Amino acid sequence: MSSVVAVMRRELRSYFLTPVAYVFIVIFLILSNTFTFYLGNFYERGQADLTPFFNFHPWLYLFLVPALSMRLWAEERRSGSIELLMTLPLELWQAVLGKFLATWIFTALALALTFPIWITVNYLGDPDNGAIAAAYIGSLLMAGGFLAVGSCISATTRNQVIAFILSVTACFALLLSGFPMVLDLFSAWAPQALVDTIASLSFLTHFSSISKGVIDLRDLVYFALLITVMLYANAIVLELKRAD
Amino acid sequence: MIDCQNLVKHYGPLLAVDDLSFQVSPGEVLGFLGPNGAGKTTTMRIVAGFLPPSSGRVAVCGYDIATEATAAKRCVGYLPEGAPSYPEMTPRSFLEFVADIRRMRGESRRARLEQVYGLLHLEPVLEQSIDTLSKGYKRRVGLAQAILDDPKVLILDEPTDGLDPNQKHEVRQLINHMAKDKIIIISTHLLEEVEALCSRAIIIAHGRLLADDTPANLEARSKFHNAVSMKLGDLSLLNEVNDAIATLSEVERTELDTSSNTLTAFPVPGKLPLTAINELAAARGWEFAELHLESGRLDEVFRTITGGASA
Repeated sequence: MSSVVAVMRRELRSYFLTPVAYVFIVIFLILSNTFTFYLGNFYERGQADLTPFFNFHPWLYLFLVPALSMRLWAEERRSGSIELLMTLPLELWQAVLGKFLATWIFTALALALTFPIWITVNYLGDPDNGAIAAAYIGSLLMAGGFLAVGSCISATTRNQVIAFILSVTACFALLLSGFPMVLDLFSAWAPQALVDTIASLSFLTHFSSISKGVIDLRDLVYFALLITVMLYANAIVLELKRAD
Repeated sequence: MIDCQNLVKHYGPLLAVDDLSFQVSPGEVLGFLGPNGAGKTTTMRIVAGFLPPSSGRVAVCGYDIATEATAAKRCVGYLPEGAPSYPEMTPRSFLEFVADIRRMRGESRRARLEQVYGLLHLEPVLEQSIDTLSKGYKRRVGLAQAILDDPKVLILDEPTDGLDPNQKHEVRQLINHMAKDKIIIISTHLLEEVEALCSRAIIIAHGRLLADDTPANLEARSKFHNAVSMKLGDLSLLNEVNDAIATLSEVERTELDTSSNTLTAFPVPGKLPLTAINELAAARGWEFAELHLESGRLDEVFRTITGGASA
């Protein structure tokens, strides 16, 4: 475990040594608030809840999270430090988990910094704070899912731009997999069971119930499984593609 | 102990390492020599546990690098080619990270870090980010990382590349100093480094092992081994001396380099012509401005052994 913590601390520190951390946090806060007030009609709805705030998280994450995850492994490959990391005495899963946790903690920090909106809604009315807490948890889990996908894709290339574009595409497909534009690709030829499976993979369906304050075990299991499977795939990709 | 058996590595259709086997024991400093693209770096990457071989096995300190990778890596310090590190970090935070991973703790950790900063003269740049450092400092940060945990095995891919002559000398001294009870493998293009550092040299080309011997024995393969080179004080005697020496029974042939006025007498294999030449010179009253016995030229041996392989 100490190796996981060491990798995690190094990775987190690197975020703050480069402008990435500050740019990400500032943009995340600006965009999440802009969406809430202008597109989500936070005031006009006249309801004391954070639905307009959380509704935009999947779309914010779609572009911002791949920007965080793209460097995780692609940068190690480009600079050659992957050779150093993988010849240090640590297991591959420790490196994968440590890096993932670092970005996840970083996202949690950015999410925590949205607290003024929680204060605002409590000042304006009497919201269900339990539901808001649940939505925060759901949002963090969804970010974890995006990150795990992004981390896995980042391991396949040494080019951060490619990692970013592929991650956005993959996350977009996962977001929309419950929607006709994705399902139509499969419904013509695939068995119904497969179409249903794909539909159930959608981030949106799993996030929307949590964001309304309903923590369903199935949604938690979904995100936990997604993260586990993606990190496992991440390790396999690294195992298969070391040098290039 | 490092034990490599029948290592083979393919990159697609390219055969980078071709059935390479060797053992290294503690106290040995093994130099890896070969033209660019010979498979030196690939072999070192396999031994350090970065690349899995296509076939063959490697055991480091008794641990199989494929099945007990972490235990094997724990006793290896590795400087990859180009000394990669994390450019945004400072040398101090980078080395603290390596110390974390290598589970160094407490007072001994602090003392060892200070010692390594001193050994590689890193104190002036400890708080500067690594990407602002000169090539020499970057290389030394990489070396510091490799020796940090005082590992039993050191694998250094071109450890002195990019260093100035003074720094090269210091790094060689450092390696010599550590050599007593360790296994050290270095790769280099610099033949003088092999002579200065290595107790044994392996020459590879096209992934195949072509020679495995001490530097002295390799030099003995040179046509210059035991040859005698001389410069005359009186240049008008040059032809007379040349003819006289060429008839000596110990001398196979002579070569006259007219640009430097140097006469080289190559011995009949197994003979030492120096004494005969000295006696002849004394008898005839020749005076030499320079006279020396060649031990052999490693670069010439290298070219002969890897002949044509550098294409």
